[in-house]
Amino acid sequence: MTATTDRPDKPAAGSGEVEQPVETVTLTIDEVEVTVPKGTLIIRAAEQVGIQIPRFCDHPLLEPAGACRQCLVEVAMPDREGNVRAMPKPQASCTMTVTPGMVVKTQRTSAVADKAQQGVMELLLMNHPLDCPVCDKGGECPLQNQAMTNGRADSRFEDVKRTFPKPIAVSTEILLDRERCVLCQRCTRFSEEIAGDAFIALQERGAGQQIGRFDEAVLDFAPPPAAEGEPTAGVALPDTSGQPFSSYFSGNTVQICPVGALTGAAYRFRARPFDLVSTPAVGEHDSCGSAIRVDHRRGVVLRRLSGDDPAVNEEWITDKDRFAFTWQSAPDRIATPLVRDRELDEDGAVVSRGELRPASWVEALQLAAEGLAAARDAGGVGVLPGGRLTVEDAFAWSRFARTVLRTDDVDQRARVHSAEEAAFLAHAVAGTGVGVTFGDLEAAPAVLLAGLEAEEEAGVTFLRLRKAVRAHGTRVFGLAPFASRGLARLDGTLLPAAPGTEAEWLGSVEARAAGEPAPEGSDAETLGDVAEALAKPGAVILVGERLASAPGAYAAALRLAAATGARLAWIPRRAGERGGVEAGLLPGLLPGGRPLTDPAARAEAAAAWGVPADTLPADAGRDAGEILDALSVGQLSGALVGGLELADLPDPAHARRALGAAGFVVALEVRRTEAVELADVVLPVAPPVERAGSYWNWEGRVRSFGQALESAALPDHRVLDSLAARLGTGLGAETPLAAHRAVGALPAWAGDRAPAPPEDTAEPPPVPPGTAVLASWHLMLDDGALQDGEQFLAGTAKRPVARMSAATAAAADVYDGDQVTVATDRGAITVPVAITEMVDHVVWLPLASRGCRVHDTLGAVPGDLVRVSQGPAVDTAQAPAGQGGAA
Amino acid sequence: MTDLLPVLTDTWDAERSWKLATYEEAGGYAGLRKALTMEPGDLVQAVKDSGLRGRGGAGFPTGMKWGFLPPPDGGPRYLVVNADESEPGTCKDIPLMLASPQHLIEGVAITSYAIGCDHAFIYVRGEVLHVYRRLLAAVTEARDAGYLGTDVLGSGFDLEVTVHAGAGAYICGEETALLDSLEGKRGQPRLKPPFPAVAGLYARPTVVNNVESIASVPGIVAHGPDWFSAMGTEKSSGHGLFSLSGHVTRPGQYEAPLGITLRELLDLAGGVRAGHELKFWTPGGSSTPIFTADQLDTPLDYESVGAAGSMLGTRALQIFDDTTCVVRAVSRWTDFYAHESCGKCTPCREGTYWLKQVLHRIEAGDGEERDVDLLLDLCDNILGRAFCALGDGATSPVTSSVELFRDEYQAHIDGGGCPFDPSASALFEYTPRNRRTPALAGGAGVGGH
Repeated sequence: MTATTDRPDKPAAGSGEVEQPVETVTLTIDEVEVTVPKGTLIIRAAEQVGIQIPRFCDHPLLEPAGACRQCLVEVAMPDREGNVRAMPKPQASCTMTVTPGMVVKTQRTSAVADKAQQGVMELLLMNHPLDCPVCDKGGECPLQNQAMTNGRADSRFEDVKRTFPKPIAVSTEILLDRERCVLCQRCTRFSEEIAGDAFIALQERGAGQQIGRFDEAVLDFAPPPAAEGEPTAGVALPDTSGQPFSSYFSGNTVQICPVGALTGAAYRFRARPFDLVSTPAVGEHDSCGSAIRVDHRRGVVLRRLSGDDPAVNEEWITDKDRFAFTWQSAPDRIATPLVRDRELDEDGAVVSRGELRPASWVEALQLAAEGLAAARDAGGVGVLPGGRLTVEDAFAWSRFARTVLRTDDVDQRARVHSAEEAAFLAHAVAGTGVGVTFGDLEAAPAVLLAGLEAEEEAGVTFLRLRKAVRAHGTRVFGLAPFASRGLARLDGTLLPAAPGTEAEWLGSVEARAAGEPAPEGSDAETLGDVAEALAKPGAVILVGERLASAPGAYAAALRLAAATGARLAWIPRRAGERGGVEAGLLPGLLPGGRPLTDPAARAEAAAAWGVPADTLPADAGRDAGEILDALSVGQLSGALVGGLELADLPDPAHARRALGAAGFVVALEVRRTEAVELADVVLPVAPPVERAGSYWNWEGRVRSFGQALESAALPDHRVLDSLAARLGTGLGAETPLAAHRAVGALPAWAGDRAPAPPEDTAEPPPVPPGTAVLASWHLMLDDGALQDGEQFLAGTAKRPVARMSAATAAAADVYDGDQVTVATDRGAITVPVAITEMVDHVVWLPLASRGCRVHDTLGAVPGDLVRVSQGPAVDTAQAPAGQGGAA
Repeated sequence: MTDLLPVLTDTWDAERSWKLATYEEAGGYAGLRKALTMEPGDLVQAVKDSGLRGRGGAGFPTGMKWGFLPPPDGGPRYLVVNADESEPGTCKDIPLMLASPQHLIEGVAITSYAIGCDHAFIYVRGEVLHVYRRLLAAVTEARDAGYLGTDVLGSGFDLEVTVHAGAGAYICGEETALLDSLEGKRGQPRLKPPFPAVAGLYARPTVVNNVESIASVPGIVAHGPDWFSAMGTEKSSGHGLFSLSGHVTRPGQYEAPLGITLRELLDLAGGVRAGHELKFWTPGGSSTPIFTADQLDTPLDYESVGAAGSMLGTRALQIFDDTTCVVRAVSRWTDFYAHESCGKCTPCREGTYWLKQVLHRIEAGDGEERDVDLLLDLCDNILGRAFCALGDGATSPVTSSVELFRDEYQAHIDGGGCPFDPSASALFEYTPRNRRTPALAGGAGVGGH
């Protein structure tokens, strides 16, 4: 029997590389000849012919360790004369690469290998507790399973077992039961090699060896006597999370632990794996489209795991994708439609909007249809569908807006946005299909991050970049006011940019790439370095949604890409935004990248939608900010909103006023949000776990998922379809299949693409004394609504701090750790200062962390001037004097 | 009759033997002066021709090890001297560094020149603070005299020597664990390949040699490879330190050509403790299978000892007379291995933990009929299954003692305790606290570490 695997597997779509013939090696495993690529490990080669060698420390995505010794096999190799000579000792098949003519005997054909494996298994089990019936891993445990397949039926060990006090809380989210640990070092290797957060390590030695974080109690570091409150040598200092150490990726260690040593606090002791029903799904927390697995028992989701998708997230997901799922079943879920009974006076004017009360779907849909029709005919309806829709929903929303509400006042961007961004998306993103892929990032010689903090805003993208950096030294450049820990772990080079100067920076690199001399006063060496790196074939520029707050930056990024030949990709934060761009949930943009102002584009869309072309709006509509402005002054009569957190908008107070002033508001929401309280009709929709659908991730890859839980909740597209039906048209989205087909109904757009955004330069404003330019972005774990109800996860979030350079801090007379107040006319935020090596005259705050809601409290956006002063704000009611000592 | 052959030990009895002046008076640094006039490649060849084999235990040809270095690429290459002498019974490097450290320093200088290294490291065991201090002083003396530092003896060759004190771990005598420890990491053995010659210290080509190997180099260079290979046997040439300890009249260091027998050495050392017979002995430290009086005439060279079923190892000859309980001796060695297991791999970490408990039970009289076979099977599951050679070493005393003295193990089990009087075996005043279960009486208990 011959099994060959030298057929070159097709690489991930879009990589576009020339196929190199793979150098192969032929060997024999258990008398089966196998041909594998050169450099393959024996254990992997055995898998190719269906031979499973038991293992614990081995993991295909981690470097070999050879620590557990479970995978021992007998190996013989030809010597120089070609005589096959057996090696004297069994070899660890997880560390040894194949060589031509090698003869491997696994436990299936070698008594020596079988005895070696049984011996190691017995040794592993002798100190392992027999608590499988209460262990989280019991039922899906590699130790349990392999003890059954490759172990002895009984143990000869009758002496004293090693025990530990249990468990250790590595973080609020991750618990460690040391006596269950087999010391395979998968978790420490993951932390070091993949995440770069070496927050746990091996400690002690021999049988006392254990995994742990820096813990004085375990390491026997008695803190020396010192005055209370004084830091002492040997005591771990907390980082900005307030923990000695934490990681955004720590949940992966729980999943790859081959025993039940590492457990998640939320899932611990909650379920048996064999009682769970698993559904493949897609992470909804960022635009990476990570493959996940949703495990539920009797209708309750108990945990989520990483799926295995080598093309996207490999086997890793962020802690947010793993642990933040309780929002979908939060107590404030809306179960039935809600309507208001308006009180009218004799003339029919509204006296009171009334209270929300449950209503039947029939009543609610009727009221919504009547109200929307009236508002449409009065002044028009603005459509704000949030950025978290599936692509099926996005197409339904887009079609509903254009054909039913007959408006182009539609914008999914519940965040800082600009007309330049809309033009950029229409020009460079919409309808471009799969562009830069994760695989391309891994192969890229250089990557420039602009307006994107990869670790915070696109977690697994950060992991893939880190893999590239470690594998072949990909150069990463970060255009940001300071080098974050994420950038440092990418061995990245900071291009220090104050908010608002991004376009200037990008322009300077472009000029350098074009051979022009560096502008006066700039860092010519760095500029040349970036320009040269980006000119290498395969280089990538990743731009984030935050460039919307930097005038001219999107246009500059496009020009830089053109000048250097680097490929460009746009990475938004929210899962639905890339699909929304595709569906045309932006003013002036029809599905597939069709410019709304192009009559041919309108004709194609109208044909697909089955409406006369002249019924579609012909002029580009308002963006989100303009819609809210128009609502607040009565230019628009109504609003249709969905998945919209008002606090996410650049000016939440204004948004509240605008929706309050709107004549009629319909909201499609999962939970009782602020928008619900301002709506006249609320139509409940299903969260991802209760429906099927697809996201388009930032690559442009379709990420479909099935329905995990049985539910009566309806997806957006079905609700909109019913609403449309009551208004006399159809959306062709009554079933998930129909909605999915509608996405592909339009052919690719062959006409002219929307023009590139115009060059726009704005001179950054002068910074008067006592003020600084605000820099800000979302941290991965913050006060977002999709993390509600998961306190263990919240415990690993970073504490909000204000970052300032030493000079900026000195100007405000604050020292590291002092309280500082960042204020605008609207409000003030008081947080501790973290002195950071960064651009002067800039203060950075987390955008939406607990106690630090920049948009909501300050009404400010990045790039604005804010006042910076020492201590708590003077008008703050509660003076935090009592807790001063603890800081 | 083979006689003593003092080379490294020649000046140990001199006044202030550790001083540079004493060493120079005895002809020291002639080797370095000569070496600096030679081509580095010729030096490597000379050491190859001499037949010098690694004195750290494995006996790998030193010159061949140097020859494994890839051709110079302009980057740094390192010499690391393994002075982490920790094997039970082994006590040759520490006296050598204490009594005559310049032998080592001259060897470091010559070797560094030969392999193209300009920064050498001496990794010395952390517990021996006096040796660490003496080495630091010796390096300073040599530097001041121009034997180290920039432009050594006007030759244009630069050499920096760093003496580094370890933190006290047996595993750091394993060369790759030593390199990790020297780099400031947790001392655990590395995966090989790559071997240190290709990617060693700081991932650069590195030669790791034992103290005695390097200290032997000056003599080879000064007197020529033929002088060296004339000593010892054909395949185990040269002189070596033989460390006699235990039940012997005059314990200590005996420098002699390889191939000398224990009978000859015992004659030189005044014989086994008066009134007693030799019961068993280790040829090369506790990690080598034990011998009995049957091997008294086995030539102590690599081949003969190997052929007799053990290893020459570090030539740490621990002599045990007829008062010694073999179970007790093996149990103490196993305690050492359990304590010193680095924890990286399962067989050594868990296996020594188990062996220790079984041996303690047998010694205390709580052994069961199947325990001796269990010990042998456990050793079979550790030997050749562990990550590094230290796991193999832990099994040697157990398997060899069971093979030779199985009856004694059985007597412990059948008799419900140890038939020996520990105080009779002690070389000092000793009263056992608990006759039957001496090991458990201390309150340490099993399961500790």
